[in-house]
Amino acid sequence: MDDFNVVGTSPSRIDGLDKITGAAKYVDDLDFGPGLLYAEIVESPYAHALIKEIDTSEAEKLPGVVKTVTAKDFPHTFGLYMKDRYIFARDRVRFVGEQVAAVIARDVGTAKRAAKLVKVTYEPLTAVLDLSEALKPDAALVHPDLENYEHCPWFFPRPKTNIAHWRKTRRGDVEKGFAEADVILEDTYTVPRYAHCAIEPHVIAGYYDAAGRLTLWASSQSPYTQRNIIAEALSPMGLSHKDIRVITPYVGGGFGGKAGVSMEIFGAVLAMAVKGHPLKIRWSRAQEFYNTSQRQGVIAHVKMGVKKDGTITALEHTLHWDAGAYAEYGANVVNAAGLSATGPYRIPNVKIDSVCVYTNLSPTGAYRGFGYSEFHFGLESHVTRIAKQIGMDPVEFRRKNAIAEGDTLAYGAKMNPGNMQEAINRCAKAIHWGRKETSEHPDRVIGKDISLFWKAPAMPPNASSAAFVKFNEDGSLNVMVSGMEIGQGYMTVMAQIASEVLTVPVDQIRVETPDTDRNAYEWQTVGSHVTWSCGNAVKNAALDARGKIITTVHRALGFPEESIYLENGQAKCRTQPDFALPLCDFVINGIQTKDGTFRGGPIIGSGIFMPEFTSATGDPETSQGGHPNVHYTVGAAGIILEVDRKTGKMEVLRTVLAVDVGQAINPVLVDGQIVGGLLQGLATVMYEDIRYDANGKLLNPNFTDYKIPTALDVPLETIPIILETPQPDGPFGARGVGEHTMIPAAPMIANAVEDALGIRIKTMPVIAEKIALANLGVDYDAVKGDTMGFCYAKKPEDYPFGIGD
Amino acid sequence: MKKHTITFRLNGEPCTLDVEANELLLDVLRDKVGVKSPKAGCERGDCGSCTILLEGKSVRSCLILAVEVDGQEITTVEGLSRNGLTPLQQAFLNHNSFQCGFCAPGMVLTVTELLEKNPHPSKEEIQEAIAGNLCRCTGYQPIIDAVLELTKK
Ligand code: FES
Ligand code: FES
Repeated sequence: MDDFNVVGTSPSRIDGLDKITGAAKYVDDLDFGPGLLYAEIVESPYAHALIKEIDTSEAEKLPGVVKTVTAKDFPHTFGLYMKDRYIFARDRVRFVGEQVAAVIARDVGTAKRAAKLVKVTYEPLTAVLDLSEALKPDAALVHPDLENYEHCPWFFPRPKTNIAHWRKTRRGDVEKGFAEADVILEDTYTVPRYAHCAIEPHVIAGYYDAAGRLTLWASSQSPYTQRNIIAEALSPMGLSHKDIRVITPYVGGGFGGKAGVSMEIFGAVLAMAVKGHPLKIRWSRAQEFYNTSQRQGVIAHVKMGVKKDGTITALEHTLHWDAGAYAEYGANVVNAAGLSATGPYRIPNVKIDSVCVYTNLSPTGAYRGFGYSEFHFGLESHVTRIAKQIGMDPVEFRRKNAIAEGDTLAYGAKMNPGNMQEAINRCAKAIHWGRKETSEHPDRVIGKDISLFWKAPAMPPNASSAAFVKFNEDGSLNVMVSGMEIGQGYMTVMAQIASEVLTVPVDQIRVETPDTDRNAYEWQTVGSHVTWSCGNAVKNAALDARGKIITTVHRALGFPEESIYLENGQAKCRTQPDFALPLCDFVINGIQTKDGTFRGGPIIGSGIFMPEFTSATGDPETSQGGHPNVHYTVGAAGIILEVDRKTGKMEVLRTVLAVDVGQAINPVLVDGQIVGGLLQGLATVMYEDIRYDANGKLLNPNFTDYKIPTALDVPLETIPIILETPQPDGPFGARGVGEHTMIPAAPMIANAVEDALGIRIKTMPVIAEKIALANLGVDYDAVKGDTMGFCYAKKPEDYPFGIGD
Repeated sequence: MKKHTITFRLNGEPCTLDVEANELLLDVLRDKVGVKSPKAGCERGDCGSCTILLEGKSVRSCLILAVEVDGQEITTVEGLSRNGLTPLQQAFLNHNSFQCGFCAPGMVLTVTELLEKNPHPSKEEIQEAIAGNLCRCTGYQPIIDAVLELTKK
């Protein structure tokens, strides 16, 4: 391993003091003065209807109301990968809770009262609340104008259907592969929708000043992408990128939910509607659930063929996704899964169909794991089952088929470094794999599992990062970047990278939250890519600054450039052992020469990074060709789970997760991602259970009825394991980690429950009630009533996957 | 609506202001007094991000009317660290206990109350005490670890 000074150590987070003292400011904490206006949104009660008339006259009469706004005022669409989303519903509503109008008032109470006075006349339409209905040739269309939407070149929407995108990946010959197999296992798995539940709700403030400049303060993961999407949407109104400024203070959690643009668009247009007045909208907890973006529900059919010796010969993986009313971001989740749904296995014959289906439920988008959590549930459940079916140890089976560096991926590119074998071995050891354990409690049984995971960032091939660094008089440093400190420790990691190059101590480095007018470009803080991508940009910026320092010393003092280096915040020279010039002596004011003049000046550096080796040019029918993913991060996780036979209640006695991060820039922060992400993953399988009624209305948009874990729900023991097989193109060898840690949780629970009780649950979540009922031979799906967790309420095994191609 | 004049002590300082009968303490603290550390996470008593100490007891300021606190003593994080970080805050800092930090003010106050009553809590007692403060980022472990380490005998 390389010898680093700061990389690989764990200095305290540089945002820690702000957060522990209450000094950290989130958008809602900013003051906008007494002129601040508030807006309330008028929402659709229907899942699908035509808007016949909107009468705002009564609302406008209420004292304190400033203005009402509808689609007439802003008839535009917007979106990240596909412009299918309407700022305000235009002619048609597509989900319960969709914004139909807004009322702007001087205080929140007045805005709320006035919103109730807006009269909207609807003509209800057939709502598409069943995936199989949505895919029928004569289905009601959620987007009759689909063919008119602009979209990125790697999406393949099918006009006059509800299919927003269909990613096909084909490798080898699956029929031949199945013919070679000794055992073939086929089954269907379902994963419902999930909500991000960042504790800070979305907040947006906007100010459109008298000179025509629009400033937005957003609770966001994506300041630059938000500016870009909003600038594109509002270009018909004469706004350009330079007229829009997005400022993003600390963000109280995102998990993908604050990527791209959702409610932020209202802040932009409503501020424009009341020129000269600042305006703020804070989403209620309920709106967080139904009108931002949710994780998509999916029904997955897995058919796998294996030889008796455990070799996987073929995989057919069909995924039908419930994308909801708008798929502008969510279709890329479907795309990512469609490229990588082999999971971290070497499989010669592959057929993946990942189909993004519009429905009349809430819009969906990015959620930590980006499609991978969803497909791993079925795939990793299936892997354990098929291994047992051929009488092979499931861990041995995984070792045999696990992906390794240099293997060919389903779409033809080669696998990057990553030590899956070591991850498996370390997890197996930690949970004493192979040793059967019994509970001291007579009603409880213990099950174990090891599940694998992989994930690549899903991003456009030219998504890039940039960084500025600038020195201060005392030799301290500002790093000006636009990734978001979303809790992962980004600021600290960027400071460590700059520190490694420039030898300025981390506590002498300030990294500020973004402002698109001042900080360098960043695509978005998504995909677990900022440490890698922005880390490279910061390293390049620091190298640029170091070059300028060396040049300054050389020009002033005449030492050869190649012998000048930095150490402990000083410039030194290999040929002059006594020379040591502190950076603070010259990084602003230069170095004085013998004749009294100065050389140098303020040292600034800039750096960029774009993965120039990627492309999204794969063949639409096979995905062969192109290089759509920058790298995968791989790992394994293990669990010892105790289950109560009678109540179904589970207790995680021990869980372990090993992930190959290339190089941990800050190991304590990586541990934080492992421990936090694992619990978020366990929550999706053990607690969270979203419920829509038969009319498409969300029934549990709050923390009373949608249970996220509390401190009482943590595993008894969580063991984080960091592996480090360097990523050649990463900063100091680092690759992404963040989302990955929640991916293996769901199948791990399902497999461990089977190991403990012999019960196989194929529908997420695997909650206590379901287990207890299954133990009594009662099918939960049969007794749960007609509520649904995603756009399919019937029995998974009845789902018709055959929809042609 | 009729205004009520209330007086309370906020972080040791007297504070007098007019409020309407239906105004929530959380909104008054944030918007009228300018104390921003109590956060609005759910506005229905579920998340604990709006926690403050009222007469030393942790309460959810989104569930309390401002008129109710007349004559009482309120502490927020701003008031805790006026003479430097408390040992608890220092422990949280040392353990990188928070990620996004949104839950931190509420969590700090809830644990501060716990340690007043019980200076050496067990792991289970810590878990029980903070069970009403939701954190979506950390998995709670680094929060619990910091408290355990600080209070171990
Ligand atoms: S905001 Fe008060 S408990 Fe959530
Ligand atoms: S640190 Fe983000 S909610 Fe606790």
